[in-house]
Order: sequence, then C-alpha cells, then structure tokens
Amino acid sequence: MHHFITEGYVLPNQQHIYWTTMIVLYPYITGIVAGAFIISSLHHVFDKDELKPVSRFAMVMAFAFLLFATLPLLNHLGHPERALNIMFTPNATSAMAGFGFIYSTYLFILAVEIWLVYRTDIVHLYEHTKYPALKPVYWALALGVLDISEEAKKLDHKVMIFLASIGIPAACGLHGYVGFIFGAIKANPWWASPLMPVIFLLSAIVSGVAMVLICYLIIQWINGREIDGACVHALIETAWYFLIIDVTLELLELINHAYMANEDWAILKELVATKLFISFFVIQILLGSVLPFLAMGTVVVFKQRVPAAVRNVIGVVSGVLLLAQVGAMRWNVVMGGQMFSKSLRGFLNFQVDINGREGLIAGIVIFAMPFAVIFVFSRLLPLWGAVDTFPKAWMKKQPPERQPLRGWSKFSS
Amino acid sequence: MTGPLTPDDVSRRAFLETVAKTGGTSFLFGSLFVNTALLRLPQDEAKASAKARRETEIGKGVIYGFVVDTTKCIGCGSCVRACRAENGVPDGYNRTWVEQYTFYPDGEVVVNSPNGGENGFAEPPAPRNEPTVVDQAPVRGFFVPKLCNHCIDTPCIQVCPVGASYKTDEGVVLVDHERCVGCAYCVQACPFGSRYLDPVKLTADKCTWCYHRVTKGLLPACVASCPAEARIFGNVSDPSSTISHILATNRVQVLKSYLGTRPRTRYIGLDSEVI
Repeated sequence: MHHFITEGYVLPNQQHIYWTTMIVLYPYITGIVAGAFIISSLHHVFDKDELKPVSRFAMVMAFAFLLFATLPLLNHLGHPERALNIMFTPNATSAMAGFGFIYSTYLFILAVEIWLVYRTDIVHLYEHTKYPALKPVYWALALGVLDISEEAKKLDHKVMIFLASIGIPAACGLHGYVGFIFGAIKANPWWASPLMPVIFLLSAIVSGVAMVLICYLIIQWINGREIDGACVHALIETAWYFLIIDVTLELLELINHAYMANEDWAILKELVATKLFISFFVIQILLGSVLPFLAMGTVVVFKQRVPAAVRNVIGVVSGVLLLAQVGAMRWNVVMGGQMFSKSLRGFLNFQVDINGREGLIAGIVIFAMPFAVIFVFSRLLPLWGAVDTFPKAWMKKQPPERQPLRGWSKFSS
Repeated sequence: MTGPLTPDDVSRRAFLETVAKTGGTSFLFGSLFVNTALLRLPQDEAKASAKARRETEIGKGVIYGFVVDTTKCIGCGSCVRACRAENGVPDGYNRTWVEQYTFYPDGEVVVNSPNGGENGFAEPPAPRNEPTVVDQAPVRGFFVPKLCNHCIDTPCIQVCPVGASYKTDEGVVLVDHERCVGCAYCVQACPFGSRYLDPVKLTADKCTWCYHRVTKGLLPACVASCPAEARIFGNVSDPSSTISHILATNRVQVLKSYLGTRPRTRYIGLDSEVI
C-alpha cells in the first residue's frame, strides 16, 4: 500500500491501491492451470489424438501451477497465518469463501489423476531405476501400490477418465469463479458484470494453451527432438478458437459500457482512453489479439501449406503474444478497477514496485516456481509420454511395448 | 507385488475406486455441510436474533441511526480531528471526512477534501482563470460530511470470506480484528470508500459509530464535537428520540441508493452531484 499521486477528487481511503501485483498474478496462474488442464482433457476425455504428445505435460503443468496458485494470495494477505479461517469459519455469503473448497477439491482431483496416469511408469521406474537412492522416492510416489497387472491398469484408466471428466467442470468452476470474485462487486462499475466469469474462463484457456504450446516447441528445440506437426497445429487451432470468443466478449463488455453510457461511463471512458491506453488498446487488443489472430489464422486456414518452420515460429510468437494478452487483461481488470475512485471524479497513478513483498521481483519468483517443479518432475518421471520416452540410460531394463489406452470408446473395445 | 491378484489387492483396488469416485463430490458436499450446519458463526446467531427482535418487538430494542444535515455543515473539520483522536485512525486514512463541493457558472463541479477536511477549508474556492467563462467566481457551494453508512444490506459483510465483518443487534457494522485475514475484499466491496486496510493492524477498519462510546450512553466523537449540529445520532426505534423526530419531519436521502445497500446513515439536503 502506497500513497499515490492522484488527479481529480479521490476518496480519502482510496488514495491507496489495496490489490496489486499479487492479485494480478493469482488469476494469471489459475488461468494457466485451467487452460493446460483443458488441453490434457481434450486428449484424455475427448480423444483428440493430435494432442497426445502434450497431454501428460499439460497435466503436469496444470498441477505445478496449481500448487502455487495460493502463494500470491498468501503473500498478499495482511494475516496469512489466519488464512485457513477461510475453510474453518467460511462465510456462506462470500464469493471468496468458496476458494478454499474449490481449490482443494480441484487439487485433489488433479493429484489423483496424475497419480493414476503415472502409476504404471512409477512402478516400472521403482523396479528398474539405475539409481538405488531413488527407489524409496518411487515407492513413495507409488504410495506403495505396486500392482501393475492388466486389471489394475484398466481400473486405473477407468478412474482416471472419470476424474478427467469431472476435472473439466472443476477447472471451469475454479476459473469462472475467479472471475465471479470481481464480476459480483457492484461497488466497482469496471468489474461488475456477469460477463466477467466467462471472460476470465476463456482467457484462462487461451493462456494455458499458449503456455503449453510455447513450452512444447521450445523444449523440443532445446533437446533437438522432433516436433509433432499435427500437435502444434491442434494447439494453434484450439488457441485461435478460444481467442476469438474471448476477445469478442472482452470487446462486447466495453462496447456495452459505452452504449449503455451509465453515470459511470464518463470515468470509465477516460480510464481506458488514458490510464489503460497502452495496456488495453496496444497490448491486450492490438499486439495480444489482432496479431496472433492473423498469424494463427494463417496456420488454421492454410494448414499443411504453411511450412513447418514457419508454423512453429508462428506458434512461439503467437503464444508469447497471447500470454501478454491475458496478462494485460488481468492487469486491466484488477488494476484498472482501482485506478479510478468510487467518487467517479478522480484517478490514481499506479506505479509497480520492483522490490518489496508484493513487488515485481516477488511476482517473477512466484511465477518461476512452477517451472522448477516441472523440471524436478521431468528428472523423476517422463514428461512428454509414457516411460518408453524416458532416457534409457536412467533405467536398467526398458519398458515393454504397449498399446496406450485412450477414451471411453477405446477402453471398452 | 507384480504376481497374480490376491483378494486383498482386489479389495484395495475396489476401495481406491470408490474413494476416487466419491471423494471429490463428498468432500465438496461435506464442506458445504460443515459450512452451513456445524460452523455457524456467533454473528450469524446475533443477526438472526436481531432480525427476529426487530420483527416482533420493534421499538423495544435499540437500533441506531445517523443523520447528516448537509445544510448545517460549516466545513470546520472538528469531526475528522475528533475521530482521529478518539479512534487512533492512522494518518492518510479516514473513518469520516468532509467534502467540499463548488459549482462554477459553466456547470463544472469541483470536489475536494484536503486531508479529508481535517484542517478545515481555510481558503475560499478560487476563481478560475479561464478566459472563455465570463464570470469565473463560484456560484454555489456546500460541505458534505461522510462516514460509514452502516448499511442494512451491506456488501462488506456479504463478501468477507471469514465472517470477520458483522453487524451488531443495534445495526452497527463492525470488524473482528482477531479474525480478519486482511484480504481487503470488503474494502473493494464498499461502494462508499468507507473502509481501509489499517497499515499497522493489517486488518480492515472503518467507522464504528464509536460503538465503544455509544454503548456507554455517550455520543460518537464526531457528533459530540460538531459545533453546527450537522450530525445527529440516536436510537431510531425510540419515537421520542431526537433522531426519530428529525427523521419524521424531514425528507432524507441516502448515498448511492440505486445499489440497494439500504444505508442507515441518512442525509438532509443532499445534492444530486454528491456521489
């Protein structure tokens, strides 16, 4: 909290901005969770086979980001030591009180799902790892369940598909809910809108798909591995579709404000035209939406006629732009809503802190943590496919050839 | 453990399957049950009993009300100073403040509240040096004291995730500083800017109508210190009280009535420019 330079008349208690970097980061992180999870579910539940190369990675990414989704909030709270009050004495009428339950339910679903997906591989590595020190680690990861008979695998798969199915509404719930936290605040005309949960959810999916796309391309490049063209195409296509609906609704929101022109429009108009001009019109719309729409649209429309190298470059560049788009959208909502006073007569000039508990560096550190988890995970378990993709030098015995099980229909046959 | 399945393995599998299938949903519903049935907060009970009492014994219980007569305020800032002294309000934050409205001939309205009006408004509003306006001297002006509205349907209590914001039987909205987590959601939810996050306690804070004074029969500090009788506080359920008389003989308004929060702080002589 700082005293900011104000313009016009700002209510005395509003001369401080109470929600800053951490509250921008929180929906950004949960958004990547939701989006990455949707990608893994498109493969596991909806049999979208092109996404198979990234489905496990997407799931691990969702899990890694979910582990740290609460960290910005805890770092922001005045009394983080009381955080569990939100579950011990939740206030039934509070939109925020659902967070603990929605979050832990989803974490539970995702943890069990990953465990089921990886259990066979964990058992294989437990038995055949070249490093004896890792044996107890694998045993613990398997929770001591070392049965990998065909029946056991089928049951694992059945439960996994079930969890992936309920995981989809849970992921949508988690992020739609984050939007509701803002959208249900009638005191703030920039937030109050039933469209807010929908926009948050759609932009979440965009950011998650973009993150999976970027990571897939870059990690494959770094490791000199082959890039699956169909997979990249499917990711670009998915990001493109969701981007279109997302940006349409974001603009609809603004157009609706302008057309209704309620008493708050005078200040909201000035807000987007001045304070948010760069972050809204330039980053969120022009660079983050129009450019990737055109670039990815080229790939979607011309399909195989786009050379693989061009398509991959478009994938990485568009992915980065989409991440910037969604980041800017979070910023514009969270900070934009606090840059004008509820007097509707004045503005605050917000400067991002570099240092400090809720500063930019703290934000970058928190955002980097999921990647550290993903890295550690990749040393213990195969990130991109089954155990047969794991470095052979790390195993004494190679895994048997196997037919991957997928989807309800393929399972029953 | 990779040998043929034993009955133990099968039952463990079956158990895991059941847990996985029912775990998530039962956790969700279980939490809701705990939330609604087992962990009812003391203030929920207080709210229910206060509501019952209001409905059945209206006039017997004390319900506090506050009236601000904007036509009487002289902008001296005594109320702001008294509030800060009485409640130890940190610098840069206000539980009450005074706004000055100045109207110019071209229709422009200038609002200000330097330091929340704490030091009064010594300088008269300046004429503007705009050559396009013939007469730049202000044509009209007044002061509006503001404070927490202690709304009946208050959004701050609604959004508090841990139940730290609550309403007393007398209708006063308070914060439990032992319970508040300092998330500032209530600060965002208050349409009037009445709340702030205390920089020392790191919990939400606001005007209490000097609950510690009024429950001992004293007036709130701002009311007691107002030389112009612009602030009236009392028991609105007692028909013989001053505030009841004032409410019965005046037309009063509330701030942002369209938001439906039903403020208990009411205003006499509120201009449409006051938001």
